[in-house]
Amino acid sequence: MKNKMEINDFSFTYKGAKAPSLKHISLPVECNKVTAIIGPSGCGKSTLLRSMNRIHDLYPGNIYDGEILLHNKKDEPSQNILDIKKENEFIKLRQKVGMVFQKPTPFPMSIFDNIAYGLKLSGQKNKRKLQELIEKSLHKVALWEEVKDRLNDDARGLSGGQQQRLCIARVIALKPEVILFDEPTSALDPLSTLAIEEMIFELKQDYTIAIVTHNMQQASRVSDYTAFMYLGDLIEFGATETIFIRPTKKQTEDYITGKFG
Amino acid sequence: MEKLFKIIAQCSASFVFIILVATVVVLYLTAKPAIEEFGAHFIIEPRWNVDVIQPPASEQLANPISENANTGSLKIETDNTEEADVSDEDLEADISSDEDGYDDDLGDDFADDEYIPTDDDIETGQSGVEDPAAGKVSTIYGGAVPIVGTIFSTIIAMLFSIPIAMGIAVFLSEIANSLTAKPIGIAIELLAAIPSIIYGMWALFYFGPFISSIFGGHSVSLLIAGLVLGVMIIPFMAALSRDAINTTPDVLKESAYAMGATKFEVIKDIIFPYARAGIIGSIIVSLGRAMGETMAVAFVIGGIFKFAHKVTDSTISIPVVLANNFAESSGISMNALFYLSLLLFIVSFFIIFTAKYFFLRRK
Amino acid sequence: MTKRLLINKLAIMFSSLMAILGLAFLAWIIITLLLKGSSALTPYIFTHDLVENGIRNLLWGQFVLAGLASLIGIPIGLLAGIYLQEYGNHTKYATFIRDLSDVMMSAPSIVIGTFIYAIIVIPAGHTNGWAGIAALFVMMLPIVVRTTDDMLSMVPVELREAGIAIGAPKYHVVLHIILKAAKVGIMTGSILAFARIVGETAPLLYTSGSTIYMETDLTQTYPSMTVSIYNLATMPDEKLVSLAWAAALVLTLVVLMLNLLGRFLIRDKRL
Repeated sequence: MKNKMEINDFSFTYKGAKAPSLKHISLPVECNKVTAIIGPSGCGKSTLLRSMNRIHDLYPGNIYDGEILLHNKKDEPSQNILDIKKENEFIKLRQKVGMVFQKPTPFPMSIFDNIAYGLKLSGQKNKRKLQELIEKSLHKVALWEEVKDRLNDDARGLSGGQQQRLCIARVIALKPEVILFDEPTSALDPLSTLAIEEMIFELKQDYTIAIVTHNMQQASRVSDYTAFMYLGDLIEFGATETIFIRPTKKQTEDYITGKFG
Repeated sequence: MEKLFKIIAQCSASFVFIILVATVVVLYLTAKPAIEEFGAHFIIEPRWNVDVIQPPASEQLANPISENANTGSLKIETDNTEEADVSDEDLEADISSDEDGYDDDLGDDFADDEYIPTDDDIETGQSGVEDPAAGKVSTIYGGAVPIVGTIFSTIIAMLFSIPIAMGIAVFLSEIANSLTAKPIGIAIELLAAIPSIIYGMWALFYFGPFISSIFGGHSVSLLIAGLVLGVMIIPFMAALSRDAINTTPDVLKESAYAMGATKFEVIKDIIFPYARAGIIGSIIVSLGRAMGETMAVAFVIGGIFKFAHKVTDSTISIPVVLANNFAESSGISMNALFYLSLLLFIVSFFIIFTAKYFFLRRK
Repeated sequence: MTKRLLINKLAIMFSSLMAILGLAFLAWIIITLLLKGSSALTPYIFTHDLVENGIRNLLWGQFVLAGLASLIGIPIGLLAGIYLQEYGNHTKYATFIRDLSDVMMSAPSIVIGTFIYAIIVIPAGHTNGWAGIAALFVMMLPIVVRTTDDMLSMVPVELREAGIAIGAPKYHVVLHIILKAAKVGIMTGSILAFARIVGETAPLLYTSGSTIYMETDLTQTYPSMTVSIYNLATMPDEKLVSLAWAAALVLTLVVLMLNLLGRFLIRDKRL
C-alpha cells in the first residue's frame, strides 16, 4: 500500500458560501511519510486538512464533492470518508485519523486523565493497561521524565510546549493510522517548535502524517512531500526538495521566494 | 444516547418559552371575566370596588345593546337573564364537578368559575343583590388609579436615576483609576443585590421621613415611592450603561484625545454617540424593571386607592394593588386583579423586549 | 480654552459626586440595617420560631423554598444553556429563547406570583410551599439559562474540536470537557441566581403565604423570611418591628455574602 489516503477531485463549499473554498483537489498522502500543505493565508490548507477527519461536520451544512479515500489495513476495504453519515462511523474515523490543533488544548483534567479520556472511550477499561499505554505515549513525546511525578496534576498547569506535546500524546495513545497537524507550532516558542518538529520526524516511522504550516522553513525541514495551495486550488505537489529547489509553476516559485503571502 | 441528550436539552430550553406562553394564557383566562365585564374602559375607570345600581330589569331587557355599549359597568344582558335563574346550590355543584377537570390544559375553554373557589358571584361579573324589581347592584372595578400610580412613580424614578446612573457609569468606565474602579464597582453591584424588601424598610423608616421633611406632605407618598424606585434601579442602569460605554473602541477615544479634546468632550462627542443604543436600551430596560417593582413601593406609596393630586400624596401602583388585595379577593374582584396583572405583564414585556430588540442587540 | 477646561472639571466632579452618592446610599442602607437590626440579634431568635418572637422558622422556610427551587431550576437551566450554546447555537430558535430569557429576567415578580396562584394555589385551595417553590423556580430559570449560555460561550472552540477529534460523541464532550472547563463560571452563576431568589418577596406573598409557625409540610402554607419581614415591619408592636430589622439584617448579610462569594470565585479565573 503506497498511499494511506487519497484525495481525488475534492471540492468543498462552506455552508451558505457562494463559491467553493476548495476546488478539485487531487492529492496523495503516502504511508509513513510527512506531507506538508503550504500556502498563503486563506488558500484553504486548513480547510483541506479538516476535511480529512471530517471535523467540519461539527458545523452541519457544508457541501462535499469528489472523494477522500482512506486505505485500511489489509483485511479491511478502503472507504470514501465523505460517505460517512452515522455517528459511530464518525467516531471510528476520528480514532483512526487523529488531529493536533494550533492552540494546545489540554482538557480540564489531570495529565493522566487527558490521555486516558480517549482510551476509555475506545473501550479500554483495564487500569493497568491504561497506565501502560499512557506511559508509552508520554515517552514517545518525550514528556514522561518531566511529568511522571505529577500525573495527577491539572494539565493546564503545563507550559505551552508541554501542553502541545501532551495533545500529541493524547492522539497517539489511540494508535491512529494518520495524524493531522494543523499549524502545531505557530503558538509555541522556538525551542518547543524544534522539539515538536523532531518528534514529527520520528513519528512518521509509525504513522502517516499530514501537516499544515504557514512556515515554509518548517515544511522544508520536516516533510517528504509538499503541496502548495493558492486560493482553493492545488497549484503544485511533489517531493519537498523539488518544490523548494526547482518548482515547476511560477506561482510556487513566487511564494517560496517570498514574493507574496 | 446522543439523541436523547439533545432532546432533553432542547426541551429544557423550550421551558422558558412554555412558561411565558402559559403565563399569558393563564392570566388571560383568569382575567377574562373582568375583560368581558369592563373591557378596555378598565384602563381609564377610576372606581375600584364601588357598587353601582343599575336600572330595573324591565328597562334593561328593552334595550339590551345600548346598555352594553356605554360604560362597561353594566352587565351583558343575555348573561344576566341566564344567570339570574341559577341558584347557589347549582353553582356549588358546578364548581365541584368541574374542579376535577381543572388542569393546565390550556386548549380547553373553561367556564370561568373554575378558577375561583367557592364564591357566590362567580358568574361573569355578577355580584351583589339580585332584585329584578329594584335593579341590580353591580360592582365596578377600574384600574386607572394604580395604572396612573405606576406611570408616575416610574417617571419620577427615571428622572431621579438617569443622571445619577449615567454619572456613575461614566465614572466607573472613564474617570476612576484602576485602584478605585474595582471597589466602587463592587459596591454598586452590592447595591443591586440588596433585596427589594430591605429598600422598602429603609425607605419607610428613614428615606421617606427624610424626603417628606424636605418636600412636605405625607411620609408615604408617590414621590417617596418614585425616589426609592429610582435608588433601586440606579445600580442596574449604571451597570448596563457602563458595559455599553466600555464597548467604545480605545482607538476612537485616543484619536479624540490626540486632537486635544477634554475628557468631558470625549464622553460627550465620542463615547455617548457610539454607545447611544446600549445606553438607551439600558434606560428602557430599567424602566421596565421599575414598573414591576413591588415591595419597596408597597411600603411607601401609601396604598390608598385615590389619585395623587400632589406628588406628595399617597396613592397606589399596580404591583402594590396586587400585593395588598390579592389574598382577600374573590370573584370579579379577583378577575379584575388578574386583569391588572395581565396588563402589567404585557406592557413590561413589550417595553423590555423593545429595548432588547432595538437597542441591546447582542454582539 | 479655559471655559472648556472648566466645563470638563465640572463634569468630572459631577460624575464623581454621583459615584459618591451611590456609595452613600449603600452605606446609609447598611448602617441603618446594622443599627436597627443588631439590637434584636440574639441567639434566642435563631432557636425560636416567630410564634415565640424568633426567626428560626423564617430562616428555615426561606432556605427550603429557595433551595428546592434551585435544585430543580439549576439542572434544567444548565441543560437549557447547554442546548443554546452547544446544539442550537446560531439558530433562530436559540436567539429567540435567549432574548426571551433576558426579558423574563426583568419581568415583574408579582405577576409570576399571580400566575402561580392561578395554577397551583387555587386548585389546592390554600397557599402552600410547592407554589412558592414554583414561583421562585420561574424566576430563577432564565438567570441560570443565560449565565450558563454565557459561560459556555467563553470556552474556546478548539477545546470542543479537540474532544470530537479524539473520537468522543458530542454529548460526552459537552458533559466531561466543556462543562468542566466552564465549571467555575457556571457555579458562580448558580450562586448568584440563588442569592437573587433567596431575597425575593413578591413571588411568595400569596403562593407560599406566611405563617408564624415552623412548618415542614410543603403542601401547607410555608414560612418565609421575606414575607414575614413585610408583615412585621408594619406592626404596631415595637418588639416585632425590631425583629423585622434583625431578620432584614440577617437576610442582607446572607445575600451580600453570597454575592461576594460569587465574585471571589470568578476573579482572575481564566477559563
